Amino acid sequence: MRDFYGVTLQTPMMLGTARYPSPATMEAAFRSSGASVATVSLRREQGAGQAFWDMVRGLGVHLLPNTAGCHSAREAITTAQMAREYFRTDWIKLEVIGHADTLQPDPFGLLEAAEALCADGFKVFPYTTEDQVLAARLVEAGCRVLMPWGAPIGSGMGLNNIHGLRTLRAAFPDVAMVIDAGLGLPSHAARAMEMGFDAVLLNTAVAEADDPAAMARAFALGAQAGALAAASGPMGVRDMAAPSTPLIGKAWL
Amino acid sequence: MSDVTIIGAGVAGLWAARSCLARGLRPRLIDRTGAPGPHGCSWWAGGMLAPECEGALAEPLIVAHGRKAAALWRQVTELHEQGTLVLAPERDRAELDRFAARTEGHVTCDPDAITALEPDLGGRHRRGLFFTDEAHLDPRQALADLVEALATSGVTVETGMAEPSGLDGPVIDCRGLAARRDLAGLRGVRGEMIVLRTDEITLTRPIRLLHPRHPLYVVPRAGGRFMLGATQIETGARGGVTARSALELLSAAYALDPRFAEAEILEMGADLRPAFADNVPRVVRRGRILHLNGLFRHGFLMAPALAEQAAEFLSTGKTGDLFHED
Repeated sequence: MRDFYGVTLQTPMMLGTARYPSPATMEAAFRSSGASVATVSLRREQGAGQAFWDMVRGLGVHLLPNTAGCHSAREAITTAQMAREYFRTDWIKLEVIGHADTLQPDPFGLLEAAEALCADGFKVFPYTTEDQVLAARLVEAGCRVLMPWGAPIGSGMGLNNIHGLRTLRAAFPDVAMVIDAGLGLPSHAARAMEMGFDAVLLNTAVAEADDPAAMARAFALGAQAGALAAASGPMGVRDMAAPSTPLIGKAWL
Repeated sequence: MSDVTIIGAGVAGLWAARSCLARGLRPRLIDRTGAPGPHGCSWWAGGMLAPECEGALAEPLIVAHGRKAAALWRQVTELHEQGTLVLAPERDRAELDRFAARTEGHVTCDPDAITALEPDLGGRHRRGLFFTDEAHLDPRQALADLVEALATSGVTVETGMAEPSGLDGPVIDCRGLAARRDLAGLRGVRGEMIVLRTDEITLTRPIRLLHPRHPLYVVPRAGGRFMLGATQIETGARGGVTARSALELLSAAYALDPRFAEAEILEMGADLRPAFADNVPRVVRRGRILHLNGLFRHGFLMAPALAEQAAEFLSTGKTGDLFHED
């Protein structure tokens, strides 16, 4: 398992903490999936989400505060600083939203904020697109983890641009990469891990399932199967059928 | 001479007093601010008795008890038994399918059925779900009616500070978040609402608009008033409605019917709902003290059941399914 800024995670699954029917359901989803990281949002809770944050802390997993809801580099930087103070971690999942409808990252604001936060000693997990040029600039800025999207946040569409994601993975073999956002089914998580990504991060697909705990477990198994497959050396794809038992010598009837 | 002291005159405390009286127990009712008003979160409620709709997200226990709430409220206040209409913006129709799959007691509406139910929304919405057996009430009127009914039995709301530990005899603590120090795990979940007035729109029943980001309900009140609610934010922050929440609530109302754009804003309000980790209301028993708390967004739906279980325990010693052992 690849390390994330020096931390080796027990499982390749990260889980969000929003949109569950109740905090008790959220806790059950973490327990059943064995997720190793919880993302938590600071922005909307305005520094007074104390009781809820205590519950998230009580999950006993790594906390990854995010800058969800920030639409500019400056906003994201301020939120990151507040999060560092409050949650006592220098990890930050950097989101700078560029488009209100698709919640697509603003690549320019993202890079600006990543440069500032890396220089300030943060361990930045940038939520980005599959764009290779942007990825190179983020790595140059000091990011050791990238979080390319699978599809727009909350859409459940899975991996929208397989080619782009594969190219990105191949271009930065030494950078830890987490598929973040857009996953709807455990098979999406399996696919991401089969492609050599290091972890998946999801929220809505679990929180809005009829049975969040069972769905979280399904995603954990999917991610685990994909990771095992990637480590086992999948066969190549061929055009021609290759029989597993030879046909020559069989009697013709 | 009283048999039981009830602290807190919100929807839970008032119902507790009523249920005690019904079992022949004489209650004394104390509230630090007196009769119900803006200081209590009951004041800001939507007043929907919608157990089926709530069932999309709430525990089955809430649906089961909630189904009995309308019959109990009917004895107290004017109840509007017109059901609930659930709609979704055209591009979010998948939300309706999900909602339908997670709930019971609804029929699917085509455009004609929507027009028949709510003529003002006709032509604007293509498909909806009609929950036939749900009801709504005006929460402030209902609280006043409860106070009045208690007064006719000689029970009035005393204004005064009281802690359960400083009182003798059985106590029912209905202080909501003010009892936080005594109840581990009780948290506040912020809710914000807006009241609009317009003569241009007439609605007969609560409308819920499903939206992946900004779900909204609109509850019609007397005099052309409409209550828009409600946000649900995991924070204990008090203070007025935020600009963002106001934008979201008003945009959603505008999506439901653009004529809301010309409505007058009468009121905006925010408060904290007391909730336990599973968001299910509880009776917590501590010796001679019963805590009725954690009503979350189900105050008017669940107060009658919670109060009944507390009163039953005091008179017979029997504990109900809302009792929670620490």
